Amino acid sequence: MKWARNLGIAFLVTVALACLLADFVAPSYAHQFRDQPDAAPSRQHFLGTDDLGRDRFARVLYGTRVSLLLAPSAALLSSLLAVLIGGGAGFLGGWVERVVMAATDLFLSLPWLFLLITVRALLPLNVSPMTSVAITFALLGCLGWAAAARVVCADARSLSHSDFILLARASGSGGFRLLWRQVVPNLRPIVFAQFWISIPVFILTEANLGVLGLGVSEPLPSWGSLLHELQSYSAITGERWQFVPLILLVVVVSCFHLVLLEQESPA
Amino acid sequence: MSTRHPILFGLGKHAGRVALTVVLGGLLGATLVRVAPGFGVDEAELDSRLSGPSIQALRQAQPAGQNLAAFYVQYLTRLLRGDLGTSRSLERPVVELLKERTPETAKSVALGLSLGWILGLSLATAVVVSRSWSLDLFASLLGGILLCLPAAVLALLFLLARMPGRLVLALIVFPNIFRYSRSLLVRSASLPHVLTARAKGLGAFRVLLWHILKPAAPQLLALAGVSVSMAFTAAIPVEALCDLPGLGQLAWKAALSRDLSLLVTLTMIVAVVTLVANSLSDLLGQALGTGATGAGA
Repeated sequence: MKWARNLGIAFLVTVALACLLADFVAPSYAHQFRDQPDAAPSRQHFLGTDDLGRDRFARVLYGTRVSLLLAPSAALLSSLLAVLIGGGAGFLGGWVERVVMAATDLFLSLPWLFLLITVRALLPLNVSPMTSVAITFALLGCLGWAAAARVVCADARSLSHSDFILLARASGSGGFRLLWRQVVPNLRPIVFAQFWISIPVFILTEANLGVLGLGVSEPLPSWGSLLHELQSYSAITGERWQFVPLILLVVVVSCFHLVLLEQESPA
Repeated sequence: MSTRHPILFGLGKHAGRVALTVVLGGLLGATLVRVAPGFGVDEAELDSRLSGPSIQALRQAQPAGQNLAAFYVQYLTRLLRGDLGTSRSLERPVVELLKERTPETAKSVALGLSLGWILGLSLATAVVVSRSWSLDLFASLLGGILLCLPAAVLALLFLLARMPGRLVLALIVFPNIFRYSRSLLVRSASLPHVLTARAKGLGAFRVLLWHILKPAAPQLLALAGVSVSMAFTAAIPVEALCDLPGLGQLAWKAALSRDLSLLVTLTMIVAVVTLVANSLSDLLGQALGTGATGAGA
């Protein structure tokens, strides 16, 4: 299965490069070719234009950039929170660990999307596109730590009982220094795995929020807002290239799963 | 007695967790409602004819808004009495809305869970029993593709294909059930006692039921609890996009109109339902596990 993993990584790198080069290979995502609304694919517009005359190819590239930047950033934030909460609780142990893990369990029992839209509704809905990106990123990052914290806590607990930590304690190291110098570096592999697991979850959640109109707001595209346009798809006059973001989303998430599969079973 | 005691302890622990969720959820909900922009503002304040002192008098006429502690107590007392307040956007009592919409969601979730479980568990069982790589590949690919599709997009695709939206919930639940139950059953089937049972000439059905499925039952039950949460989560996009008048659609509408009191109440109710489902599956799994240990001993 190593070839599948390499294929997945190669595809992810290609997509990331294409997104980064969007400024050079496509017009602006917001530019409206007012004389060419709903145009079919052509040399000028690879995937045609939407009802406002915006280049679909450009919107897919910029949308992919937003989603691919947002999900890993949110995953990074949630992983950091997981280290802070789970790592700290596992290292300290005792009643701190029990209280933190009970709170984590409670947090995990809340249906994810219900919690997300409740907190999203607390914040203003009519905001600028960049603010909506920041809000979506912060929401995913701040609310997605619980599952990772559980795993990190278990790992930190077993680390804190290991021989080398005992030795470090015996040689006078303790408290924050011990946590920062000995425990956190050894948590890196598990945190990296949790970070990687969170990315496809956050990509799918952003897509769900976008389709529901609670994600990144127009005119900035994201996979969620591009998929939202499928609501106006008509089977008679439908433009099949409207499905390109969906295909790209499925392939990208599959690639993340392929890489993860390889991480889970390295043999 | 020794088998009963842990179950009673577990029951108490789970009941405590549900009660704690209600209390903490109530406080958290009250905080959210209390700190949300626009709380405690009377529309009459927008009347340009009113003078400053009149507006001040209007503000002072809202006692609950003045004291945070009093607000919490009032909120929790109302909650315990079964008064869930009134929806600001729909201008109707929340209890009435819940009564109207719960059957629709219950129907969708029940159908989604049943179909998802039947499909997922039967495919996983077929893969383990037949040991056919082609069937395994097909089922894994199907599950893999479905795992990569957001619930909202699946709902949209069903809408475009004019298929019943309720089925989407089954397709959301299925890949998770298939993946976990497949790995559980594969592990269970590779245990030495299964080989012994086969060598002793036991029938395939008996081996499957008593020697593969039974040891995996506690974990499968735990998965059942988690799948309830999955189905409720997927109910929001499915009901919102397929126009099914359930709790998911109500939550979505409440989010769009920033009706926080309704949204918080809905989230809390769904959280309690999923907690109860998880607790029941845990307790059943515990009972089965204890039973199996007892039988084994």
